[in-house]
Amino acid sequence: MPVEHTFPDSASRNAQGEFETEKMSLSMGPSHPSTHGVLRLQMELDGEIVTKADPVVGYLHRGDEKIAENMTYNQFVPYTDRLDYLAPLANNMAYAIAVEKLAKLEVPPRCQAIRVITAEMARISAHMMGLGAFGIDVGAWTVFLYSFTEREKLYKLFEELTGARFTTSYARIGGVTRDIPEGWTDRVNAFCDQFLPNLEEILSLLTRNKIFTDRTMGIGVISREDAIGYGLTGPNLRASGVPLDLRKDKPYSGYEQYDFDVAVGSKGDAYDRYMVRGEEMRQSVRIIKQAIAKLPGGKWYAEDARKIFAPPKDKVLSSMEELIQNFMLVTEGPQMPPGEVYFEAENPKGALGFYVVSKGGGVPYRLKIRAPSFCNLSILPKVCVGAMVSDVVSILGSLDFVMGECDR
Amino acid sequence: MPKALEAIAALKGKWPGVTDRASLDQPALNVPAADLVAVLRFLRDEQGYDMLSDVAGIDWSVGASPRFTVVYHLLSTTSHDYIRVAADCPSDQAPEVPSAVDLWPGANWHEREAFDMFGIRFAGHPDLRRILMWDGYPHFPLRKDFPLSGVDTDLPDAEVVAETKTNAIAAPMAGGPFVASPGEINMTEAEPRAKDESWNERRPKPGN
Repeated sequence: MPVEHTFPDSASRNAQGEFETEKMSLSMGPSHPSTHGVLRLQMELDGEIVTKADPVVGYLHRGDEKIAENMTYNQFVPYTDRLDYLAPLANNMAYAIAVEKLAKLEVPPRCQAIRVITAEMARISAHMMGLGAFGIDVGAWTVFLYSFTEREKLYKLFEELTGARFTTSYARIGGVTRDIPEGWTDRVNAFCDQFLPNLEEILSLLTRNKIFTDRTMGIGVISREDAIGYGLTGPNLRASGVPLDLRKDKPYSGYEQYDFDVAVGSKGDAYDRYMVRGEEMRQSVRIIKQAIAKLPGGKWYAEDARKIFAPPKDKVLSSMEELIQNFMLVTEGPQMPPGEVYFEAENPKGALGFYVVSKGGGVPYRLKIRAPSFCNLSILPKVCVGAMVSDVVSILGSLDFVMGECDR
Repeated sequence: MPKALEAIAALKGKWPGVTDRASLDQPALNVPAADLVAVLRFLRDEQGYDMLSDVAGIDWSVGASPRFTVVYHLLSTTSHDYIRVAADCPSDQAPEVPSAVDLWPGANWHEREAFDMFGIRFAGHPDLRRILMWDGYPHFPLRKDFPLSGVDTDLPDAEVVAETKTNAIAAPMAGGPFVASPGEINMTEAEPRAKDESWNERRPKPGN
């Protein structure tokens, strides 16, 4: 026999002063598995629906811009590793190109090609991490294990090239630290060959996965206007249907020589952002293969820029002129003209910009870092409202941010 | 870049206060703070500079006038050109420029950051709070008179201070390995483990 419940409706409940419904505030982070670092979301919930979301950033603030004003241009290269620490090679390159732009210095084609290869490898490594973490966020553990295997292979190649797996500090103003080792390009090619089928296998775990599509399709939709208005860049912008890729539209470091496509989404939801990243990795492999196929010979640094790039070590120890040159570079830094430049590079997370104000000499007067993750996160108060708490996890995973870069 | 030059010529016709700004790369403009929002709106709506890439504050050091400048970098998502718009803050003591949040919602965080780091206020900003430093932090760290090593500051939570009896302390490496102001500090005092530099060619030997 069914039991009859006689509960008063919520309005009369509130009128009687019992069972009052009120909004709940929930603090997500700064140490929460789905916030990928130290992001904190101060949310206001009505039941399961988010009515207000206020991101709290700055937990990882180290004052990189202040530090940059107090050291020479070359000394700052290791700090750029720690911006987007999932793609240090791409950050090194962006910073070096910005300062070279200030010095009006052209690096040789071989250096440009090496930088392109390393930046695209960094892109694959960063997207693999983003993909794996996104998978975990929405409950697909396996993807992470597969994608980390691929990253590990890349790290072996990074280590061979730069001596470090994580904090590479590979670029210098006017070149790169050293030429690529013998046989390295073959190993990169071999990696690319085995990576493509592996990538398809990894993506096949998610692309038509019912749980994954349910949790991402139509979730966190960012309109084209919002994406531009909030300054979103990179895959997040392209997923909203804006075909802006600085490698294509503002080519730097010789990107105009390579043939590749720009992945663009149509709906701007979490699923589109995932799909755009997947396609970008395929295109990165294409770029790497082309760059290796026509890798030019010659020097890997601007040989004539004697006041900017350090001379070879054996010459420093045997020749007076090079010794003085090295001494001046270490003590006073690479000599730059006064003026200001702004350069943005298409990094895995978006457009990483450096605004350098110089008053001449070896130390920047002001170095502003335009962090893509910072801009990408600023849309959270808008995109989280109306979503369920579990959707917020999906949105955060799909935006693929790095707090080291956001907080600087 | 004929498009950008066209935009600049049109701007100068409309706002006589707009002048060219020295730049090593993209076209750049100096705009009076009063005209800033109107100029930015014109660039966004009429000239296609629809994306605000970056907002940067600059401190031209204590005593300089104008001391603070705000620099906007705009990008056109159609013609892929950049333009730089700079506005000097009229007041050196209470720097303030109008806010661009009405034009680009993304300006919100950029302007909060400039306020946090330089103390530049943005008139009309809906929520001008600190963003990277904690609420209630008393200094503006990117100003030139703020030392690299930081300054002693109370932690935000009084309970934590009472429990730990500590605060945010200055870094011990003032001057340290950096080269910005060589020879200004005595390394022996700053870094106990550094080699004895209590006297050198600039500083007489104690007792002589």
